Amino acid sequence: MTAPGPGRSGLVFREPLLFESSRPGRAGVPIDAPDVPPVDVTRELGAELIRDDVPDFPELGELDVVRHFTRLSQWNYGIDSGFFPLGSCTMKYNPKVNEIVARLPGLAAVHPLSDEADLQGVLALACELEAALAEISGLDRVTLQPAAGAQGEFVGVKMIEAYHRARGDRGRTRVLIPDTAHGTNPASAALNGLEVVEVKSGDGGIVHPEALARLCDERTAALMLTNPNTLGLFESHVEKLADVVHAAGGLVYLDGANMNALLGVAKPGHMGVDVMHFNLHKTFSTPHGGGGPGSGPVAVKNALAPFLPTPVIRREGDRYRLDDEFPHSIGRVHAWYGNAGIWLRALAYIRTLGAAGLTDVTSRAALNANYILESLRDSYDAPHARRVMHECVLTDKRQHDHGVTTADIAKRLMDYGYHPPTIYFPLVVAGALMIEPTECESQETLDGFIETMRAIAREAETQPDLVTGAPTRPIVRRLDEVRAARKPRLRWTRGGPERG
Amino acid sequence: MLARIGVGSLAELFADVPANLRSRAELKLPPALDERSLLRFFGSHAAENANVQATASFLGGGAYHHFIPAAVDALSSRGEFMTAYTPYQAEISQGTLQMIFEFQTLICQLTGLEVANASLYDGASAVAEASLMAARVTRRTRVAVSAGLHPNWLEVLRTYGAGIGLELVTLPLDATGRTSFESLPADCAAVVVQSPNFFGCIEDLGAATKAAHAAGALSIAATAEALSLALLKSPGELGCDIACGDAQSFGLPISFGGPYAGFLAARERFVRQMPGRLIGESVDSADERAFVMTLTTREQHIRREKATSNICTNQGLCALRVTIWLALFGRRGLRRLAEINVAMAAYAKKALTRAGLTLPYSTPVFNELTVEVPNLTQKLARARAAGMQPGVPLSRFDASHPNRLLVCATEMNTRAQIDALARELSS
Repeated sequence: MTAPGPGRSGLVFREPLLFESSRPGRAGVPIDAPDVPPVDVTRELGAELIRDDVPDFPELGELDVVRHFTRLSQWNYGIDSGFFPLGSCTMKYNPKVNEIVARLPGLAAVHPLSDEADLQGVLALACELEAALAEISGLDRVTLQPAAGAQGEFVGVKMIEAYHRARGDRGRTRVLIPDTAHGTNPASAALNGLEVVEVKSGDGGIVHPEALARLCDERTAALMLTNPNTLGLFESHVEKLADVVHAAGGLVYLDGANMNALLGVAKPGHMGVDVMHFNLHKTFSTPHGGGGPGSGPVAVKNALAPFLPTPVIRREGDRYRLDDEFPHSIGRVHAWYGNAGIWLRALAYIRTLGAAGLTDVTSRAALNANYILESLRDSYDAPHARRVMHECVLTDKRQHDHGVTTADIAKRLMDYGYHPPTIYFPLVVAGALMIEPTECESQETLDGFIETMRAIAREAETQPDLVTGAPTRPIVRRLDEVRAARKPRLRWTRGGPERG
Repeated sequence: MLARIGVGSLAELFADVPANLRSRAELKLPPALDERSLLRFFGSHAAENANVQATASFLGGGAYHHFIPAAVDALSSRGEFMTAYTPYQAEISQGTLQMIFEFQTLICQLTGLEVANASLYDGASAVAEASLMAARVTRRTRVAVSAGLHPNWLEVLRTYGAGIGLELVTLPLDATGRTSFESLPADCAAVVVQSPNFFGCIEDLGAATKAAHAAGALSIAATAEALSLALLKSPGELGCDIACGDAQSFGLPISFGGPYAGFLAARERFVRQMPGRLIGESVDSADERAFVMTLTTREQHIRREKATSNICTNQGLCALRVTIWLALFGRRGLRRLAEINVAMAAYAKKALTRAGLTLPYSTPVFNELTVEVPNLTQKLARARAAGMQPGVPLSRFDASHPNRLLVCATEMNTRAQIDALARELSS
């Protein structure tokens, strides 16, 4: 078949679970005897503390393990495999040199409890990244501690709450969140014990000041805004929105998930934002890793600095120290100083690009997103006529008549060798296909994707079964998610499923 | 491309950003570096730090130096793992999904419990999430926490608990270094005990469970040194309801404290109150075995403010490293490594007492012990001058014991290093 897109049948192996391949007596790593006298652990610790063998723990040779994980990796699709237009996730290329940086023994083998004198290099790097993020955000102070965006949200909202409390302003129990927001926003507010009030986005897919004003009062702790929002649209009333919230005594939190649209173009601190988090694994190219680790630094205005999580890194002359003496701090959120191995990669990215390079990232991200949107308007419904920033949203409205849904289109893209866009999100658009190409992709790659999307739209009209029956080419076909949830089997046990 | 969009310049793409908000000046950042200069820049800062590979390090206290076989880096660096997203699209994420299913199984085997999630940020947030989970299960808001819990983990628990009004009560250690349950209040959601505890002592988790259950509370076991699970009676066997901790010891570089991998396992009846991602086995439309994210109605992307946690990511790549590391060491290797750690600590104990130092606690230890060192500050300076990282001074956490040092000895240390440490710390 001559099809658009890069997909062809791969060389794909079967691979059982580690536990199923296990053979008694096999070992992957030789271990020398230590040079201290051996001990009888039963005598040393007492028999009552010692467990029996770990039942059914795997026994495999090194080659078994290498083949196992190599084969599993081949069942995955990564940015290194191909185009990954997953909206709101910013699946940009993760430069390989950043992996080398994070593995330098002077960074990867540094213990968090080393004497401060032995940590000057890594603290200097942390300070440099904090300064860069403050500059990019137009805010004053930064903590690198949150381990991911959601933890950043938790920290940011907690600081807002601490701010109000420190002023004796105790009735602020509500967080206003637009209906286009990520699910983490309401969940983070709830984790802080706050009530969530949904703000309906208005005409043109953005929040209008009048609608917000009706919800603002003396109970308002904060507005959590994503800008550009998850429709890829800039919240162009942002200054007015901030004024409305500030006038009611609340603060403005920015979900920085979509910062790829603002680098060097506009600064949240100039839009009335008081607190924001970054997703370093999105905007600053650290690997997504199949779902983490992320890193979610939080930037704040000086008014909120007393509430930053401890410890805070201080520069005194040419020395750096970790400061725990912070009476108004919200406390610690991470065992140490956040995901250092991740934030070091982000600093490497910023140092590689510099100011002009970062601004160019945003320009090209917007160029690519608008190019896709304008190229696909003929074949797919677009809910808004506006231009977008870094991502665009299409829907399955026109394909619906042929019995083809967004999920089908997503699965069909797999057959053609693409990762699908984000689907059914944002929730306010029925059948959303949210496409974020990132700045990294060439016009040829975009044209290939556009051609494939058009081909799928044609298939939906002429051969809908091809689309609804997709995918046929990955290692497995569509999953039975209902069965997984009805009879959860969450681990392997000898002798098969424990239930049913 | 501009023509198809219908604009004349890149700047026009940003017309929706009000003019007064558009940055006029370029960002003030240091100049861009090419790859060669970048490595030089980071290399020079890296050289300013002491690292556990280049020094004789006895640092532990929640971050442990263990051997990482070459295959761990090689396999976890594969782009198909490293550059993949959260496995929402199961058909093209089976590698990540099967791996996490294996990770969940390994954690269940080690903890002796029935369900484990796909990992949490770190041990600290795992303890916090476990406590919030216990509060949901029991509908109580007071949590009794052993004084042997890692002090940083305690702080994180306090930060997480504040939002829903969790009240923390401290259970003191007795003279032997183990938690005393005498003062346990009757209306607790959970009893949280770390074993081995922060001071190195192996706790009596059976006693913790008995006390917890008598009070109608859940028993939560926390573990900072996950390697101990290979040798010590498992939390599940000792009746604990939830086991949580950090899997950093299993193949994750110390890396200035992160990224690590928190784990959380529990009894099956609590599964719907668990935080974070769960991977389950299912079949595809051709009836082939396949894995998929499941029970997602607990999670924020479905339930929003009613979710069991706000967590969105897990520590996928770290969980991968843990799974590879555990598969390489395997059943015998893991046990043997744990036994070597016990032998190293036993030797350190002997060497330090022979050097005239006292050990404040009599309870058995795994690979870490507290030692009383007269004139500690001066001795630390001496040891550091001799190229050592001699351990963690406990005065950093508790000023009431200015001369206590936490010493960790793993398979990465040598007899000669331990002898030298004893020499430097002795008077």
